[in-house]
Amino acid sequence: MNFFDILSEIEKVDPEVYGRLDSRRSIFKHMSGVGQKLTAAALPLFVGAVFNKAYAQTPGSLAVNDVLNFALRLEYLEMYFYQQRTALTGLSSVNANALSLIATDEANHVKFLRATLGAAAIADPGAAAFDFTGGKGAAGGPFGDYRTNPATYLALAQSFEDTGVRAYKGAAPISSVMANKTVLTAALNIHSVEARHASHIRSMRRAGANSATPSQGVAVAPYSAAPKSWVSGTDGGGAVPGTTNAIYGAGNSSGAGTAANVTYLAEDNTLQGGVTLSGTTIPAASSFPATAFSEAFDEGLDVKTVATIANLFVVTGNNLFSVYL
Amino acid sequence: MSHKILSGPQAPEANLDQPLYTPIKRRSFFMYAGATAGATALVLAGCKDDNNNMPGMVDVGTGDVGVLNYAYALEQLEADFYTQVRMGSYYTSTATAAEKQILDDLYYHEVIHRDFFKAAITAAGATPIKALTTVYPAGTFSSKASVLATAKAFEDLGVAAYNGAGQYITTPQYLYIAGKIVSVEARHAAIIRDLVKEGDFVGSDIVDIAGNSLEMSKAPSVVVATANTFLADGSKLSVSGLG
Repeated sequence: MNFFDILSEIEKVDPEVYGRLDSRRSIFKHMSGVGQKLTAAALPLFVGAVFNKAYAQTPGSLAVNDVLNFALRLEYLEMYFYQQRTALTGLSSVNANALSLIATDEANHVKFLRATLGAAAIADPGAAAFDFTGGKGAAGGPFGDYRTNPATYLALAQSFEDTGVRAYKGAAPISSVMANKTVLTAALNIHSVEARHASHIRSMRRAGANSATPSQGVAVAPYSAAPKSWVSGTDGGGAVPGTTNAIYGAGNSSGAGTAANVTYLAEDNTLQGGVTLSGTTIPAASSFPATAFSEAFDEGLDVKTVATIANLFVVTGNNLFSVYL
Repeated sequence: MSHKILSGPQAPEANLDQPLYTPIKRRSFFMYAGATAGATALVLAGCKDDNNNMPGMVDVGTGDVGVLNYAYALEQLEADFYTQVRMGSYYTSTATAAEKQILDDLYYHEVIHRDFFKAAITAAGATPIKALTTVYPAGTFSSKASVLATAKAFEDLGVAAYNGAGQYITTPQYLYIAGKIVSVEARHAAIIRDLVKEGDFVGSDIVDIAGNSLEMSKAPSVVVATANTFLADGSKLSVSGLG
């Protein structure tokens, strides 16, 4: 019996077998450890150890359809939110057009995810599942005038887009997603579109909802009311400090809806790949402002933290996001 | 016009022949291993990287390290571009306050990305590719139109490149890092496109808005065909080991 013949045979029915073998590094470790000592008697144990690891379900990890349905729930939230834009007053025409473009993108994302999931897709929750005032279905939420006041509306839009960027980023390294390259690439191709939306909404807020030149606004620290197109630190708590802080905060790094060996830190994080980025660790950046080091990297969030944020905009009694909590 | 990329001291190239964990395709590795069962040390010695196995080209390599070097190459290009933008006459003479604020941040971010990758590749026990030498058409840095058109090309290319290469990454932490950077690149791309033409942040040339509204990602071979037009002979990229 030849171990490599076994792999070759498995590959015929499971083309992903090499990808399932955890990491090639660990195989190398196995192999260099056993080396010439690998006797015929020991081989089954060795093979068993390798495949137990390859096909075992990581405790609490989400299957790929679970992740896709979670994305679909978020896209429904965004789609129904942008459908509410029609009563806004005081938007420049370029800004009104931009919201229409984003609305089209979010509706397209819903259609795409539904088509990808097929029969596994969740039922359409309907517009009535959401309360974008943040009042959980009762009057008096913190975003009460969002339908008519563009400042409130854009504050919500920024919050949803930034949350979406963090959600896709945090879910991409989940093992079931990485194992399906088609799904992974599609998720990445939605992730960057959400980031483009976030950037543009932030530009609109920076220049003002009635500006005909939204790219020409100047950002003002702490970037809550006049944000940069990217997240700077934690943006002073986001568009509505005290309410939106969690969107820029840290997540959970263990349990369901997290990726193995990934730590979900707050947006002001400067620790990347084991190196704390600063003007000291990067000499070419010694004259850069301290904020640049966290701005250069967005941070992801785990499923549960995203669900907690999204659940603020679902009516009481609807379990669209609470199923993840 | 040719310009040596401004960068910190280069890592010594003495460890070019150091064995890597993931330099050759898995399938061919296992074939190797099958033929030399028991001779694991020999197999590992065969897994050495070679950054320059194609004459005159800079080979990014294979596996996760290949993707990291591919990203490092693109970040070198962007960092060099914005370094030069800030010395050019458009930036120094005619750019608005908003444009300067944006271009300053893009310069900071791309230099940080570049030097982060250099450090990360070294920390992974691998060898970063060399500092690349760039070339730009005459006058690139003197007009708003040419600076922003080139910035738009680079930022959109970077987003399409990261999205297209994600599938070749096998280590979750590396995929996560790539995700942290690509969304910042997408934020850059959106505002640069808006500076070129207000409201063009999801143009139909880069997002399939008539269909699924997905970003149109690009394979490494397609990306380097464009990137290489901005790289001098001897600095052009080969990505034949990816994918």
